[in-house]
Amino acid sequence: MNEDIYVLGIETSCDETAASVVKNGTEIVSNVVASQIESHKRFGGVVPEIASRHHVEQITIVIEEALQQADLAPAELSAVAVTEGPGLVGALLVGVNAAKAFAFAHSLPLVGVHHIAGHIYANRLEQEMEFPLLSLVISGGHTELILMKEHGDFTVIGETRDDAAGEAYDKVARTLNLPYPGGPHIDRLAHESTEAVDFPRVWLEEGSYDFSFSGLKSSVLNYMHNMKQRGEAPVPEAVAAGFQNSVVEVVTAKTLRAAREFGVKQVIAAGGVAANKGLRTSLAETFEEEKIPFFIPPLPLCTDNAAMIAAAGTVMYEKGLTGDMTMNGRPGMPLSSWI
Amino acid sequence: MILGIDTSNSPLAIALVKDATVLIEETQNLKINHSLTAMPAVEELMKKAKIAPGDLTQIVVAEGPGSYTGVRIGLTIAKTLAWSLKIPLVSVSSLKVLAANGQGFDGLVCPVMDARRGTAFTALYEGEHLETVIPDQHSDFKAFLEQVRTYGRPVLFTGVDLEIHRSLIEEMLGELAHFAQFQNRLPRASHLIALAANEEAKEVHHTVPEYRRITEAEANLSKTNEGKSQ
Repeated sequence: MNEDIYVLGIETSCDETAASVVKNGTEIVSNVVASQIESHKRFGGVVPEIASRHHVEQITIVIEEALQQADLAPAELSAVAVTEGPGLVGALLVGVNAAKAFAFAHSLPLVGVHHIAGHIYANRLEQEMEFPLLSLVISGGHTELILMKEHGDFTVIGETRDDAAGEAYDKVARTLNLPYPGGPHIDRLAHESTEAVDFPRVWLEEGSYDFSFSGLKSSVLNYMHNMKQRGEAPVPEAVAAGFQNSVVEVVTAKTLRAAREFGVKQVIAAGGVAANKGLRTSLAETFEEEKIPFFIPPLPLCTDNAAMIAAAGTVMYEKGLTGDMTMNGRPGMPLSSWI
Repeated sequence: MILGIDTSNSPLAIALVKDATVLIEETQNLKINHSLTAMPAVEELMKKAKIAPGDLTQIVVAEGPGSYTGVRIGLTIAKTLAWSLKIPLVSVSSLKVLAANGQGFDGLVCPVMDARRGTAFTALYEGEHLETVIPDQHSDFKAFLEQVRTYGRPVLFTGVDLEIHRSLIEEMLGELAHFAQFQNRLPRASHLIALAANEEAKEVHHTVPEYRRITEAEANLSKTNEGKSQ
């Protein structure tokens, strides 16, 4: 009989201080997130130094709560997994050093996890992954299509060449005077609208799975500027709907084309923008028609959390991919395969 | 068995002290990233001393001011060790640790950490027992020295980047200025642990760095708000 594996996950790559315990890589035992959104709102975005300051205030509280909710002592854990990168360097360092100190204090193996691998493995907390698998990772920092032929095998087949989708959402939201973070507000306005301003779709060259959102963002800004010069008032709902339609149409079409080309058995979405209702609906309808199983984790697993880090870390731990006390935060860490 | 850690500036200082005896102590001034080196150094020091994490009875950490990132690395390691090993955590001013290099000096001791643009993290302590004369702060260093001059007493300056400010100090204080010898300009973790004997243990979760300076973003925001209210 195999013993159960309990992994403590720690995530501090941006503005959430999070810790979680996951059993056997598939079952959430506890999942604690201390969000800093309120603190960054007044600046209209995440301020790295303030994020780091909050992490050091919260880190031991959050880890303690995760262990208490799991009703586990450190000695009962199999390993500690932590986001090694990418992310804000000062923020990453808090999680990495806490994980190192914790692993050292209790002689536990230490696993350094790539943040995006974590987002992908959030899905494994809902249902088992089937390969080949296509993953759309879409958030404030990332927009990527990743093909997986087996566990830990990542091939990036498309990525943004400029802004991440979530970044474009935040910038457009700012021009519409919507509060930070802007994504959910644009999503809401778009749903309330019956009209949509016609903004361009950015497909890039034939066959490319890459994305570009900065041109679309500029079109929105130009439109707002032109309206203002003509003394007309833009309809925020119609602008939001037009922008969202463009993003959703391109992202859905490229994801579908990739799913067909690589004959995948599963399509999964992950990351904060995957919580967007317009995008979720479009992807779900498209893949239902295509008869390819499509999954999207519930909202708390789409946004940054530590359960996803523990889930990915469990597979890495099983493969013997452990680190040591020289582990460092890696803000520009590339997504490399575990095999 | 007490473990002391100071990563608040470019030097790294760690020590193990038992029954008022230094077992092992390390001081580095290699300007290497603490995130990379602090935990390996702790691990190696404890291995050399044949001390297991479970043998530790107290953690002492330098709480800042200093490099924001450096202070956070020390605090994060110290908090995590103390909390998860269920042992007390004591924090001590990083400036006071530097000032301990001048303990016994017949006069005042001024630890200096350069903070660019003519500013410094600094304080003024009484030489004999290191009582606080001017508390830890981030100041325009020239203005601070003007305040120091009013005491009219000899002052011993110490700190790893003291030379940056030497000419200003000499100009402002003349013969009252004394400079610590090179071997007395680095923080020592044994000093840190000695100073901790006079401090109360802190509630681990709520022990936070003493940055002594608000973030640039907050400073800019309050400037903007002041502008609006005028």
